[in-house]
Amino acid sequence: MGVEMAYQYNGEFQEMEDVNFSDSELVCHVRDALISVQTGDSDSYHQLVGVMHHSERLAPDEVALLVTSLKALSGAVSYIDNVHHDSLLNSIFGMSLWKYGPDVMDALLELIIALAASNGKYVDSCLDMLVSNFMPPMYLVYTLKQPRGQAKKEQVLSRVHTALEDIVDLIPMAASRLSSVVVHRMPTTFKKDLEKDHLMYRTEIYVENILRLESGAIREFVGSRMLMAVVDLLTELDVAIGWDDILRDDSCKGIFAIELEDADEVDDDENDYGELPRTLNHKSLGKNIVADLLDSLMVLTFEHLESCANNKRLGEVFETLLDSFMLTILNTYKSKFAQFVMFYACALDPEKCGVKFAKTLADRFSCSDNPVTRMSAVAYLASYLARAKFLSPAFVASTLKRLVDWCLEYCETQGSDMNPKAHRVFYSGCQAIMYVLCFRMKSLMDVPRFKSQLLLMPLEPVLKHKLDPLKVCLPSIVEEFLKQAKAAYLFTTSETFIFEDMLESDFSKDFGGLERLDMFFPFDPCLLKKSDRGYIRPNFVYWKHVRTTYGSDEDDSSDADIAEDFVAENGESSMEEGRTGSLDEQYLELDEFDHAMNKMSITPKNGFTYRFGGEQMKMPSRIRPSTTPESL
Amino acid sequence: MEGLSVSDANLVVYIHPSQSKNVSQAILRELSSLLFKYNETFDGVVLAYAVNSLDKQARILSGVHPYFGVRLKANLLLFSPKPNMLLEGKVVKLMRESIHVIVLGFSSAVIVDEDIRDEFKYKSKRGEAKYVSRSHKRHAIKVGTTIRFSVKSLDEEILHISGSLIPAHTGSVSWLDGDGGNPTTESSKKRKQPDGETEVQELGIAGGDTCSVNNDQKIKKSKKRRNAE
Repeated sequence: MGVEMAYQYNGEFQEMEDVNFSDSELVCHVRDALISVQTGDSDSYHQLVGVMHHSERLAPDEVALLVTSLKALSGAVSYIDNVHHDSLLNSIFGMSLWKYGPDVMDALLELIIALAASNGKYVDSCLDMLVSNFMPPMYLVYTLKQPRGQAKKEQVLSRVHTALEDIVDLIPMAASRLSSVVVHRMPTTFKKDLEKDHLMYRTEIYVENILRLESGAIREFVGSRMLMAVVDLLTELDVAIGWDDILRDDSCKGIFAIELEDADEVDDDENDYGELPRTLNHKSLGKNIVADLLDSLMVLTFEHLESCANNKRLGEVFETLLDSFMLTILNTYKSKFAQFVMFYACALDPEKCGVKFAKTLADRFSCSDNPVTRMSAVAYLASYLARAKFLSPAFVASTLKRLVDWCLEYCETQGSDMNPKAHRVFYSGCQAIMYVLCFRMKSLMDVPRFKSQLLLMPLEPVLKHKLDPLKVCLPSIVEEFLKQAKAAYLFTTSETFIFEDMLESDFSKDFGGLERLDMFFPFDPCLLKKSDRGYIRPNFVYWKHVRTTYGSDEDDSSDADIAEDFVAENGESSMEEGRTGSLDEQYLELDEFDHAMNKMSITPKNGFTYRFGGEQMKMPSRIRPSTTPESL
Repeated sequence: MEGLSVSDANLVVYIHPSQSKNVSQAILRELSSLLFKYNETFDGVVLAYAVNSLDKQARILSGVHPYFGVRLKANLLLFSPKPNMLLEGKVVKLMRESIHVIVLGFSSAVIVDEDIRDEFKYKSKRGEAKYVSRSHKRHAIKVGTTIRFSVKSLDEEILHISGSLIPAHTGSVSWLDGDGGNPTTESSKKRKQPDGETEVQELGIAGGDTCSVNNDQKIKKSKKRRNAE
């Protein structure tokens, strides 16, 4: 035993005798020390408390003493009294596992478990102590980032989680406490006085732990609450970023540029400094850290979802995610990133989760009380159907049909004329239909079965109704839709619409309301670098890759060089990113992937140049209006 | 096992106006929020409820929040352990210093070594720890044994019971109900005992009228079974 070794080296006869104490004698000794406090004699008690404070660079004999004391204390927990032994309890609960070796960790955790099980009063404190050990102390953060730090991290965390499971085994009701403690202890998003790097890493580790609880043995009791806590944290960070603020100053730059380069690169890159107003650069620097944190947390969540999918439990996790989405994200004002968690979960299981998500959104749209909820539900649905590469055309067609039917039913009951405010739910439905068709019309028209399905849809009575959705919906979408519909002989209108390149109209502003739900396209390209590249991009439909009904046969030569420039620029920018960002292999692979994407995108580019003529730099912005400066 | 009772409660449930569309669901949700929590009004933990009759009339509360109150009658199954009551639970961890027990699957109980009567001796063989009676070698408590113990105190917040094995009629349930009553006929009954026990427990939870499941009744019951054989 460690004790014997240590004392033998000391070579003191007196202590050699101590060695002969058996475990139970030690326990008795500690019990006596604890009892004697109440009678006024607290010398040995104070010695005991002193031992608990040994933490810096312990010599082997000190380690042995600490382990022995902790073990003896575990045997004497029933004698610990929260009034008389306050200082002892405080020092035990203040101990950080990260400071000690495995022996001390094990002994300490044994004591914590024993304490929790001995008396209901200590359960909360014990859980709190364990949860606070989710995060390493500040000074260890740098060490932990190195490879050998990983081993330490695993050493601590695996023990903490086992201890939590043990406590829940002994005290089933502790599970409900645990989730409250975890949520309560969640690191708050930002404190400026702390070193950001530290804080970020600690938050990441904390979330990692939450997800570990979600997949651990006690997930049955705490899992759903944990997942919701993560989604809430993501939403909180998302809201803190205030993307619109950054873009407001950016009107000169044009949205297209932002779609090409990754937006955060604009912020990072010193060379771009000249182009950006000084204030913006300062402002976005602070916010960028939140975006980086959000990005890493999203990646953690994605990885977790992947592991759930591998363990065949994505279904149960998805239920919770969906609930949580409906509760928080759906009603968050212009949530920008958090919704991609749903997107990725759907991508992992398109048949079940992907379909379920769309169905739930459609249900919420067609039968909910709150018009704002309905409109944001249909905005999510439209954006999802348009952007999700993994959805089958058949499903897109059937969901469209459902939307069209709802709109038709609505029209039939309405006799009044155009009124953007009163019929805003209807207009948002119509806009959703057109938006989805902008992205999907060509692919649907290519298959005879879906073509006939589309042609049979009662689009005409809806769009030509007295309520006049074509005038009210976003002109950019209507224009694109009419162009494609005409080319596909799906729908024509005798009326000519002159939009003069307007992104929005007064009518659309009206029906969008204060929340500007007319301009809300939640699944526009994800601007978080890591999440986008590794996870979202392969499942995502970009506008520049969409084949339009009118563009496919076009053989344009005049704009070919522009298109090439476009390819070159895009390629280059991503190469640059690879260099500046990190030399990670993953990034290099992604660059290749970028090139591949560019090669694939010949057709859409034709379409795109055709449509925009000389103004090609503006066009994509129109179809993704939600990030435009005017959207405020 | 004592501590379980069914009570008829007249309740008024206050419902938020936003729930007015689906009142019955809101009532159930409200009642469910009582479950597995100690409630001072009932002086116990609500384990189950059944709504019997619902008043068709609701009363709107005056005041800032226009909640409305719905009267209803419900049967509540309550778990209210009181000092000196006898409870039964399954041992989940056993050490020299303490025995940890889970009662009814949710409430935890601990019996520390001073509360274990001297009759029991701690033994640890090949990693398996147990408390064995000095007078009856077959009377042993180890992990997995269902034991009967008396209540010392209850921490209402986390439903943590402090128990005791001092009274003579406490210990392993299978031994108390079997061999303890009649030491001559051992082996044949041992197998049957668990059945009898679960039956009684189910009765305690599901049965409407029994106020508490008495030990004596249970022992009688098992004796009857024995006699029938």
